[in-house]
Amino acid sequence: MTFFEVVFYAFSTLMVVAALGVVSARNPVHSVLFLVLTFFAGSAIWLLLEAEFLAITLVLVYVGAVMVLFLFVVMMLDINITRMREGLMRYAPFGIAIAILLIVQMIMVVGPENFGLQAFAAPELHGADYSNTKELGRVLYTDYVYAFELASVILLVAIVAAITLTMRRRPNTRHQIPGEQMKVMKQDRLRIVNMKSETIDSEDK
Amino acid sequence: MMTLEMLNLSIAMPEMFLLALACTVLVVDVYLKDSQRNVTYMLSQLGLIITLILISQQTPQNNEWTRELAFNGLFVNDLLATVLKYAVVLLVAIVFVYSRRYLQDRNIFKGEFYVLGLFGLLGMMVMISANHFLSMYLGLELLSLSLYAMVAFDRENPNAAEAAMKYFVLGAIASGMLLYGMSMVYGMTGSLNIVEVAVALDQMEGDNIVLIFGLVFMVIGISFKLGAVPFHMWIPDVYHGSPTTVTSYIATAPKVAGFAMVIRLLAESMGSFQADWQGMMIILAVLSMAVGNVIAIAQTNLKRLLAYSTISHVGFIMLGLLAGNQEGYSAAMFYTLTYTLMSLGGFGIIILLTRKGFEADNINDLKGLNQRSPWFAFIMLIVVFSMAGVPPTVGFWAKLAVLKAVVNIDMLWLALVAVFFSIIGIFYYLRIIKLMYFDDAEDKSEINCTRDMQIALSANGLSVLMLGLYPAALMSICIAAFS
Repeated sequence: MTFFEVVFYAFSTLMVVAALGVVSARNPVHSVLFLVLTFFAGSAIWLLLEAEFLAITLVLVYVGAVMVLFLFVVMMLDINITRMREGLMRYAPFGIAIAILLIVQMIMVVGPENFGLQAFAAPELHGADYSNTKELGRVLYTDYVYAFELASVILLVAIVAAITLTMRRRPNTRHQIPGEQMKVMKQDRLRIVNMKSETIDSEDK
Repeated sequence: MMTLEMLNLSIAMPEMFLLALACTVLVVDVYLKDSQRNVTYMLSQLGLIITLILISQQTPQNNEWTRELAFNGLFVNDLLATVLKYAVVLLVAIVFVYSRRYLQDRNIFKGEFYVLGLFGLLGMMVMISANHFLSMYLGLELLSLSLYAMVAFDRENPNAAEAAMKYFVLGAIASGMLLYGMSMVYGMTGSLNIVEVAVALDQMEGDNIVLIFGLVFMVIGISFKLGAVPFHMWIPDVYHGSPTTVTSYIATAPKVAGFAMVIRLLAESMGSFQADWQGMMIILAVLSMAVGNVIAIAQTNLKRLLAYSTISHVGFIMLGLLAGNQEGYSAAMFYTLTYTLMSLGGFGIIILLTRKGFEADNINDLKGLNQRSPWFAFIMLIVVFSMAGVPPTVGFWAKLAVLKAVVNIDMLWLALVAVFFSIIGIFYYLRIIKLMYFDDAEDKSEINCTRDMQIALSANGLSVLMLGLYPAALMSICIAAFS
């Protein structure tokens, strides 16, 4: 086994194990951390494919930003794990059977028979002067400008949707208006009532 | 080097205008007070009219339709795309007309409904004009994301939140399936361009298990989006749970986009695997017609009933598609266009009967509609007859065209099954008519409705009748789109 293969198998095993951890971990926070590990292993495999830019973006954007945000959300939510797991045992056999069926099918199809070196020649390795970033940039704003712009529209819709669904003006919330507070005069708040003084005798009657 | 001319931007003019419009509406709406939301509405409608004009400008030289490409082959414009785009813009404009009073009554008359509606429309137009798996997927996601948000739009309503959640989760799984299928096809052909994939597949010999594996996933993804049995679970809940205006949006224009998706992905790119996807579609079509028509009988909620009726109609559309020839595709196109028109009319009537604090979504709310408003009872009668396929409404011609296409590929048994289930379906359509005409009204309140909605709904219903009397014009357009 070459060094290349050792790295590949090490990281792909790590990725599969971590992905299993995401779905099987009891604690949602652990799930998120496993997902970070999955992304990390994925980016290592992308490095082997000479997709350096994508690998670094995956770590920076997904691991660095998205997953940290995700972690915050998971920690903020009050998730009732026991209630979530109620139906689990009932559906588990069915789910596992379907999963095994799918895996067997995938192994049969996406195996070396159809995607091996006989079917596809190994891609050429690029030299040291090859820049993955430059190659991506060259097609992203020319050949794929339409897809790129559409992706930006999707992000815009995501923002609009998120704000629509979460921003609410509650009419009954109590909050301070500092300007109004400062303007208050003594006569607005204080009412001096002129009343007769009461004596103890009157109370006894 | 590439230049701006090479992008051939002019043929994507309607899409670019629509994007600019949606962004303008988004910004203008921020500066409006709640009492001025009509400005948002008017601006959206004006923009849609201009979009329609721009689409009708897309006629080719010498009246000879060719496939014109733009954006380096990611975008295509042909007669099919032009006709379908015209239909979706028109449908969305009518949905907007229907929506105004309903939203006002429920205090959800907000700009976001129109903004999301316009972005969803953009997604549909992108799908219709997709010549690349990538643009197809992005258009689909743009549409779906807008729809998820629109379903959950009425935040006070727990049913809507539940429907949105189900729709979102199932929709995400379906998108994943579709992408996985596309990746398999990419792996084998080395291209994502629909025309290039078709060429690569033609040159391949023998059965290729990877391609069939990818095809299965693509068909599953498409069926989810169209709502064919057994991938229909989301339809009744989403139709029932969302605000009725959103239901009328989901039930109409996206079906046209879904039809375009089947044509572009299965007919145009996977055409050489027609024998394989035909078998899958036969199962989907038969199950859809069976489940849709039989379960609809048990429904008492009008929106759920129309949801199951949609499922059965999707089965009929698939009948045309599985024929896999020009006749079948044009019959399916005719069916899709006319069915969306009927569906729009049906939901229009439900919206008409609602009022503040009252959803007219129970089947009994139609009781004695003839006494309350003979005219709108008549419109509903046309729509329901058309859904059942009774002549002289257009639904009859649509069913006939589809059945003819199936018989012509020597699948008489399939046509007989379709006829059998549509006869079962007539039962619940007739029940609606019985309630409207032969029962006494329990709720005698006045139907209050704005003038624009009355005109739009009447035009909607009458067009179903007119198309039934003169189907030839639309039919010839549908045939021309596939020649």
